[in-house]
Amino acid sequence: MNRMEGGDAEQVQQALGGDQDAFRVLVERHGRSLFRLAYRMTGNEHDAEEVVQEAMLRAYRRLDKFESRANFGTWLYRIGVNCALDLMRKRKPEAIHRQQPSGTGEEELDPLDLAVSTDPGPDRLMLSGEVRDKVKAAMMELSPVERTAFVLRHFEGRSIEEIGSTLGLGAGATKNSVFRAVQKLRRTLEPLVSQRQIAKGNAS
Amino acid sequence: MNHLDEQQLLEYRYGDAADTPAVEQHLRECPECRKSYDALEQVLAYVDALPVAEPGANYETRLWHAIAPKLDRAPGAGARPGFDWSAWTAWMSPRRLVTIGAVATLIVAAFLAGRYIPIGGMRTPPVSPAQDVVARNPTQVRERILLVAVGDHLDKAQSILLEISNAEPEVAGNAKDKEVDISQEQQRAEDLVNSNRIYRQTALKTGDNAVASVLDDLEPILLEIAHSPSKVSAEQLDQLQQGIAARGLLLKVRVLDSTVRNREKAATPRASSSGS
Repeated sequence: MNRMEGGDAEQVQQALGGDQDAFRVLVERHGRSLFRLAYRMTGNEHDAEEVVQEAMLRAYRRLDKFESRANFGTWLYRIGVNCALDLMRKRKPEAIHRQQPSGTGEEELDPLDLAVSTDPGPDRLMLSGEVRDKVKAAMMELSPVERTAFVLRHFEGRSIEEIGSTLGLGAGATKNSVFRAVQKLRRTLEPLVSQRQIAKGNAS
Repeated sequence: MNHLDEQQLLEYRYGDAADTPAVEQHLRECPECRKSYDALEQVLAYVDALPVAEPGANYETRLWHAIAPKLDRAPGAGARPGFDWSAWTAWMSPRRLVTIGAVATLIVAAFLAGRYIPIGGMRTPPVSPAQDVVARNPTQVRERILLVAVGDHLDKAQSILLEISNAEPEVAGNAKDKEVDISQEQQRAEDLVNSNRIYRQTALKTGDNAVASVLDDLEPILLEIAHSPSKVSAEQLDQLQQGIAARGLLLKVRVLDSTVRNREKAATPRASSSGS
């Protein structure tokens, strides 16, 4: 792990020296995990791609601010979180859906490239399309800060302190944002869960 | 041990519980809390089951090709001029405009109206007497609307800060359990967070650094208040109060408020005003 992070720091140094290929290594190394994070936060592929691109550009412009002893992945993830927050605040809650590519010189998205992974995994629930839409809608109803705090805590396993410093919030406020997010999710989804269990009970 | 509340269950779920063995023991012994915890787990399992899009095998290459043409400067060269995403973020969100209400709508209108008039900051630009007739009024109107809006915003912020600073935990009961209900202040702070950001960005754009700097100091404390629990403990309240005091916020906001009000008066058209 140290070797990999050491590798990141080296790439940063080379990129700062004007070597764009070194920056490309960083982009290619971290793009995918940043995409997953951005997708969790924004809820759609197009926005996630936009967030990753913006985060990479911001990182490039601020590369001289990166401290070589720090973890590049963590530094980049913080930039990504803030880019995603900016975008989420820009979007109307009801407008969060797949947007048409603008086609303004940017490469068009290939729908095949965006195939949604439906593999439920060994112990993952498989949701029907309708239920999935409801769960997704419940996530989208959270405020940007709540959704971010929740995604970072639940999916990314970040600590309260780390999330707080990324969002510029104290520990109490951060904890409370995660808590409010989960409370809202429970309020919306618990009826759905119990319905499903009743249905399952009747079927067996 | 009393029943576990939702917050405690959640902390346990994420490994943040203050006393994990005690929570575990209680969950073993108490069917009610066990049920509540299971319900929490089930909801989270549903959220876990949301699929994550995979961006495709050639994503890294696509990503690089999308950004490479934009790497037009040396790394670490700062933001490109003309690309101010965060400003657009604030301007383009209709929800935010609704939150801020009519004042912000007026500002947008005033900005659009004043768009073709060259101005430096919130100051009236030097104009020749001939231009004066055409340019002076729209510029002044625009400037005044902004100042009124910022002054109004500062008034509201000031009253929240004052209320929080003067709040005291209820004296009755055990000193450890003292709580203060700040739900009202919280709601108002939440409303102000958005407008604060817009005014700060506007001030930055127009080069009004004094306004921008105070609003910049104000933002974290508004966020902190907005995201606090609706009932805070004496300790949390103390933290909020210290946050306000440490930045000298009350004084700063008060001074800026009166400066803005004076400028507002100066920007009021003296002649040819149509109605009051």
